[in-house]
Amino acid sequence: MPAEIDYQQVDKILAKYANDKGTLIPIMQEVQNLYNYLPKAVLEYLSQKTEIPLSEIYGVATFYSLFHLNPRGKYIIRCCQGTACHVRGGAGILAALEKHLGIKAGETTADGRFTLETVACLGACGLAPVMQVNEDTHGRMTPTKVPTILAGYK
Amino acid sequence: MKTLADLQTLRAEYIKKLQIVAAEKVLVLIGMGTCGIAAGAKQVMVSLQEEIKAHNLSNVVIKQTGCIGMCEQEVLVDIVRPNEARVTYGKVKPSDVKILVEEHIIGGRAVKELAVGRYPDANVDKGYGDVPKYREIDFCKKQQHLVLEHCGVIDPSSIEEYIAVGGYEGLAKVLTSMTPEAVIDEIKKSGLRGRGGGGFPTGVKWQFAHNSQADQKYIICNADEGDPGAFMDRSVMEGDPHRVVEGMAIGGFAIGATEGYVYIRAEYPLAVKHLREAITAAEQAGFLGDNIFGSGFSFHLHIKEGAGAFVCGEETALMQSIEGKRGMPRPRPPFPAVSGLWGKPTNINNVETFANVAMIMVKGADWYAGMGTDGSKGTKVFALTGKIKHTGLAEVPMGTTIREIIFDIGGGIAEDKKFKAVQIGGPSGGCLPESMLDLSVDYDSLIKAGAMMGSGGLVVMDETTCMVDVARFFLTFTQAESCGKCTPCREGTKRMLEILNRIVEGKGREGDIELLEDLAETIKDTALCGLGQTAPNPVLATLKYFRNEYEAHIKEHCCPAGSCTALTKYVITDKCKGCGLCKRNCPVGAIEGGSKGQHKIDYNKCIKCGTCMANCPFKAIVRE
Amino acid sequence: MAMVSITVNGKKFQVPAGMTILQACRMKDIYIPTLCYHPELKPAGACRLCVVEVNMAKTLVAACVYPVADGMEVKTNSERVRKARRTIVELLLTNHPKDCLTCLKSSKCELQKIAQELGVRKLRFEGGERRQHIKDESTPSLVRDPEKCILCGRCVRMCHDIQGMDVYGFQKRGFNTLVAPAFDCGLGDVACSLCGQCATVCPTGAIMERDDTDKVWAAVNDPDKIVLVQMAPSVRVALGEEFGMAPGSIVTGKMVSALRKMGFDYVFDINFAADLTIMEEGYEFIDRIKNKGVLPMITSCSPGWVNTLELKYPGLIPHLSTAKSPQGMFGAVAKTYFAERKKIDPSKIVTVSVMPCTAKKYEAARPELSDSGFTDIDIVITTRELGRMMRSLNIDFANLPDGEFDSPLGTGTGAAVIFGTTGGVMEAALRTVAEVVTGESFDKVEYKEVRGIAETREAIIPVGDLQVKVAVVNTLKAAQEMCKRVAAGTADYHFIEIMACPGGCIGGGGQPIPVDFMKRMQRQKALFSIDEASVIRKSHENPEIKTLYKEFLGQPLSEKAHKLLHTSYKNRKK
Repeated sequence: MPAEIDYQQVDKILAKYANDKGTLIPIMQEVQNLYNYLPKAVLEYLSQKTEIPLSEIYGVATFYSLFHLNPRGKYIIRCCQGTACHVRGGAGILAALEKHLGIKAGETTADGRFTLETVACLGACGLAPVMQVNEDTHGRMTPTKVPTILAGYK
Repeated sequence: MKTLADLQTLRAEYIKKLQIVAAEKVLVLIGMGTCGIAAGAKQVMVSLQEEIKAHNLSNVVIKQTGCIGMCEQEVLVDIVRPNEARVTYGKVKPSDVKILVEEHIIGGRAVKELAVGRYPDANVDKGYGDVPKYREIDFCKKQQHLVLEHCGVIDPSSIEEYIAVGGYEGLAKVLTSMTPEAVIDEIKKSGLRGRGGGGFPTGVKWQFAHNSQADQKYIICNADEGDPGAFMDRSVMEGDPHRVVEGMAIGGFAIGATEGYVYIRAEYPLAVKHLREAITAAEQAGFLGDNIFGSGFSFHLHIKEGAGAFVCGEETALMQSIEGKRGMPRPRPPFPAVSGLWGKPTNINNVETFANVAMIMVKGADWYAGMGTDGSKGTKVFALTGKIKHTGLAEVPMGTTIREIIFDIGGGIAEDKKFKAVQIGGPSGGCLPESMLDLSVDYDSLIKAGAMMGSGGLVVMDETTCMVDVARFFLTFTQAESCGKCTPCREGTKRMLEILNRIVEGKGREGDIELLEDLAETIKDTALCGLGQTAPNPVLATLKYFRNEYEAHIKEHCCPAGSCTALTKYVITDKCKGCGLCKRNCPVGAIEGGSKGQHKIDYNKCIKCGTCMANCPFKAIVRE
Repeated sequence: MAMVSITVNGKKFQVPAGMTILQACRMKDIYIPTLCYHPELKPAGACRLCVVEVNMAKTLVAACVYPVADGMEVKTNSERVRKARRTIVELLLTNHPKDCLTCLKSSKCELQKIAQELGVRKLRFEGGERRQHIKDESTPSLVRDPEKCILCGRCVRMCHDIQGMDVYGFQKRGFNTLVAPAFDCGLGDVACSLCGQCATVCPTGAIMERDDTDKVWAAVNDPDKIVLVQMAPSVRVALGEEFGMAPGSIVTGKMVSALRKMGFDYVFDINFAADLTIMEEGYEFIDRIKNKGVLPMITSCSPGWVNTLELKYPGLIPHLSTAKSPQGMFGAVAKTYFAERKKIDPSKIVTVSVMPCTAKKYEAARPELSDSGFTDIDIVITTRELGRMMRSLNIDFANLPDGEFDSPLGTGTGAAVIFGTTGGVMEAALRTVAEVVTGESFDKVEYKEVRGIAETREAIIPVGDLQVKVAVVNTLKAAQEMCKRVAAGTADYHFIEIMACPGGCIGGGGQPIPVDFMKRMQRQKALFSIDEASVIRKSHENPEIKTLYKEFLGQPLSEKAHKLLHTSYKNRKK
């Protein structure tokens, strides 16, 4: 979590999109890449700089499920709840993750290590059920594999 | 580059270059699509590099490729020695690498246990005769790869390889010898229909946008493949991105758009990466940019990443999202062809549709229209998933029956269970029962049967799948993804979901089925956009074919499929030998018991995942 | 105009091409119920209540957005349509509190009215989840109850399209969708002008004025208090609508009679203070011209506008006239001059303003408005609240005899009454400034150059040797555009009048609803007709004002006048 916002970094992002249209979403995506979430102060700053009303920015930030307004864990677990995963036991994987981590989907563990999220479909349906930990996709999941896989993320 | 001949010269040069490599080097291709990586392709790659180094082999080239659609067989590795057959290996684990290197790369002998197939065009069969020809294995026999023809074959990050297989010849032909009108006529004649859902004739759509007068027009590729259970667009973008770029450029020329956008879901990072690389390469090679092929036609392509909203697959919502707004659909008319992105005439097609365009230009509308049924031409890629033996992508001519796809290509139901239903068309589609298996897949037959082509996801369900739960699953999805703008979708799907929730919990009431039907009809009739209007389809379709399952939940408080967790529990019977396997495998530590004694489940902890039952060697655990 | 032929419910009509089905049907007096539609806002097609059956579409279509086409056959009241509408209302009601009996909006609520019309008698989905949200009571002006919100988005469009304030937005999505300021803050925590236009378009009780009527009754019924009531110019041409009278009915005398029935001790007129404002503001303007003060000078009587400036363009504060609004001046004078003259202990005086405006509630609560040594204005109620109070006494308003205002704060000129419309303050000021500057008396009273309803108007008015360049602005969207020009130095004017609400106070956020363009025009017309019928039409000729200066204040801009009648503003940038 950033102790202080580095507005120079934000300015760099803004400069990159200065000449394009409809750039709010890519700008917020880059800001989120920087901080892992969208700090309120940065959204207010974006509103000032882009002259897009804060109500609109906030509306966009809360519309899309990939935007987050609260700090998240070091590792983001995305448990796929797509159709293929569902019929192959995706709900069981999620239940196992929730039990193992002691949190519900959408929450972050107290130590800040894991954030558990669900995702509509990762498009790896052939290997269902699947889950993603940051960039790594784990296919052919079983509830039993959950503790072992998570142990690999320190 | 100014003419088709220039391109062909270049092509010859690249072919030669590839041939020189092929004549000297052993090529190893690893399927590095998302599925491959998820199955462990990266680890296999590392092992391969180590093994090659250990054997001090200097003539081996490792290449990455896309997905050939055999997800079940991932990790897939192809090996081809100079002037020998190309053999595909499946389910390769890092521990298999040593034998592959020693036997095939060094020894020139196929590793039969791992081999999936060999390419039939290989002229030398020495040592590989036992490996079935690729096109003759069950999974491939009834398939016809047009859209997927290069996926898993070429290196998606190499424009040279795309050109070597004939890439950009369609664009060259169009720009150097055709008028926009002629292109549209050709597409119309081909009978190509939109592959993203409704199946609107592509040529007619292009004509609308072409007819609109404006200082600026846009062409958009809808790559927001949000239907859970569909991933063909991802595979194409990951495995053959230039095909999409080329199709869009041709479309841009036809309608008069100089700017194009690919709206792609951010959940597909690899596809984004490959498309970006492809656009850059195409710009450098002169297939994108100003005055392409000296024709005076300029075309610039941009990528916009989605941010996680299924509704953005709807045309008008998608455009809102590109404009940086909340993805809320707006009423039509005006249609995008008249007033679309930033109020300008806009044409939107999906990835698979664009992927069909270039080959129609090269091979002609007549050739294309020769495939398929009367109303549906060409092929369609289906994503086969669920309780099926061979999951993966199956590209078949329109008109193939569902039975052929599921049983001949997909190998039937996994674990030899009984087929119950297949869900077609994602959250907007419907479930078809066994009696409909001989339905031919084309746009019109599916609509008539209460399903739809959708993007082409086929999720297979067996006797253990509860159809009420499936309906609830889809409603949960559409409910979560409703944009919230119109009342029927926002409020109506919520109430439908509440009713379904109580039914699967055994708390359904008399009259709930009728209430569901009544509400579903109103939502279909009044919702603002296509997503809202089709949101009730999974419920209506399951009610049509599996009404008895609803009735069993409501009247008898039981789930005939034994799947609804509120209505089932796992019990360890006295057949238990106390082996402890269930206890060790339980992910939540809900099983107690000492060695040799009968084990017990702590129901406060149990999450009903069924792992214990699946792992019990004595069939001592039953579901009640 | 190109016409198309359509059939509605079996009857053929010729209607202009390009119209929506709803427009065409309204033109032909065919009723289609609506909720998210508002005649002055861009249609959204969101609530789907206005669905109709057409032969050109498979599903029902929303009449508010679907264009007519030649040969179109429309059914507006078929069983299929009725069932769909009933289900939609049922769905809205399921996610809505069932406290109609105690709701402030009851009987004025569009949802309630439509549910009755459609005969929704049963909620088949009752017991399901309902939106839970705490009330927003962060401002003295408006109360938001998001649980009553039906997400029609009228406030969002009003705040964006007309006012350009963008306070409201849609948040989250699907069933969790919420209309609220960013980060779900209260209105008091964001840059909200409190103009109340959102409340004028809200179909339900989700956004309403804060109800202060109980405070008024308590004061009236307190024997220790002397309760003064005074109303803004625009109230007298709108209050009749609260009693079913035609828009633009002039009800000044009936209102006075009704107020007396309610038990107020003195019934005064803000018009008196409006004339006083012209004196101070007019002299201030002349002073700025003569002594090269900051120009353009901008009026300060619209608190929605003043809030906007303080919250979003604080750099322009020096342009704002330091003269208090009429309400501010009235309170300061009432608790000093009036109290002295009547020998009343000012601490016993309760001043009650009746305003067309929700932002006036905020203005009255400003600490600056206590120059009398007390809270200058104790309670502000809107025209709507006054209507409710009068109705609670079952007063037969339309048949009341005309009453007379009390003195000495009850006389206003024709110049004062037109304060209630856009351009009125400017015209009133010009009437006085022209004569003060030249020392002559003119026959010309009407400055039609500044009249109108357009959002931004400009004129050049010769005053003596000077060509006075003026601009008149209404709506906060136009106001903000003007702010940008002033900040950029491209607003080449001497004097600008800015009103926050469409049409000025006649379209204020506290005025009777529903309101539309035609009603505002009627109200404006009524104000001008009062002016025209007035004997005295120039503020500086108001005899009570003359007496006030003679007996109490001395001269305009005197030290005493400065202390009591001028104020300061602060940077509240958010």
